[in-house]
Amino acid sequence: MTLRWDVLAAILGMVAATFLCRAGGYAILRVTRPPPFIQAMLQHLPGAIFVAFLAPALAQGGWPAWVAGGSALLVQARLGRMVLSILTGVGVLWAIQALQW
Amino acid sequence: MTPAPAPAGSFTRTGFRRGARTALGLTLGLAPFGLVVGMAADAKGLSMLETLLMSALVFAGTSQLVALQLWSDPAPVLAATLACLVINLRLAPMGAALAPALDRLSGLRLWGTLAVLVDNSFALMVTEIRSGRRDAAFLLGASLAMWVVWMVTTLLGHAFGAAVRLPPGHPIFFASVAALMSILVPLWRGRSDVFPWCVAGLLALGAQGLGLGAPWPVLAGALGGAATGAALDRHRDRGRA
Repeated sequence: MTLRWDVLAAILGMVAATFLCRAGGYAILRVTRPPPFIQAMLQHLPGAIFVAFLAPALAQGGWPAWVAGGSALLVQARLGRMVLSILTGVGVLWAIQALQW
Repeated sequence: MTPAPAPAGSFTRTGFRRGARTALGLTLGLAPFGLVVGMAADAKGLSMLETLLMSALVFAGTSQLVALQLWSDPAPVLAATLACLVINLRLAPMGAALAPALDRLSGLRLWGTLAVLVDNSFALMVTEIRSGRRDAAFLLGASLAMWVVWMVTTLLGHAFGAAVRLPPGHPIFFASVAALMSILVPLWRGRSDVFPWCVAGLLALGAQGLGLGAPWPVLAGALGGAATGAALDRHRDRGRA
């Protein structure tokens, strides 16, 4: 159970930077009234963020990742259970990899 | 700015519990990630206390993993800080997008809730806001449920990582991607999302194709997609007027 000073300093730096990101966007919004276009953008941002996150991740995984991701999406859309959806995604990818080898 | 007195119902115990319960399913997507961070910290020689302290206070998986990849002896204070700043930049617009739920809060409730904001709890809160509920305690509950799972899995990864040794391409690690796929479903609002989402995906792929690392594909896609959506809204409103 050691705690080195240099490690602690690095962790605190990481904490400060991350908090700045988490709170900074909203802090700016709280003191300035953003133009209507920015406000409309914020409405569209959530979906766009996750699509932008997922597209490169799926592209890196190739077609098995697209199939597995698509199955997770389908299960969520049909059954609305996130646990099932995640298990399906992992299971399908697992099956594809097992069949390939 | 006028911080009006918080009206009843904007930060409730019920909301907190509902948030925690809703997040429980999604924690499954977080668990393998926590294990990886624990293993990486162990491999870089961080003690259990240091590892748990990092996970508890930073609580942002991708940036922790990248910082740990850069880890050296003595600890790289500047590099680790910059890694977090760059990779977590995506959280800044998320906080801004949560304004409808946060605007009535102040002090510890506001900044404390923002301090534990993560991608998954953000998505759940957006769904809440869109269905007319603006209880920010829901966000805190969801984030803290994920925090607990994050701590437990980081601990397990650090304690047993060396014994398990999962290869990096193992399907288990697809859980975080699958979790985000399932998040897309409640975020979907209908056909008007098709074009902005396509733009977001293509811009992200384009940025990645250019060899840009995190967070640029995400930021380019998110901002470009959102701007497309906003432009389409404006166009539609003009057509109606």
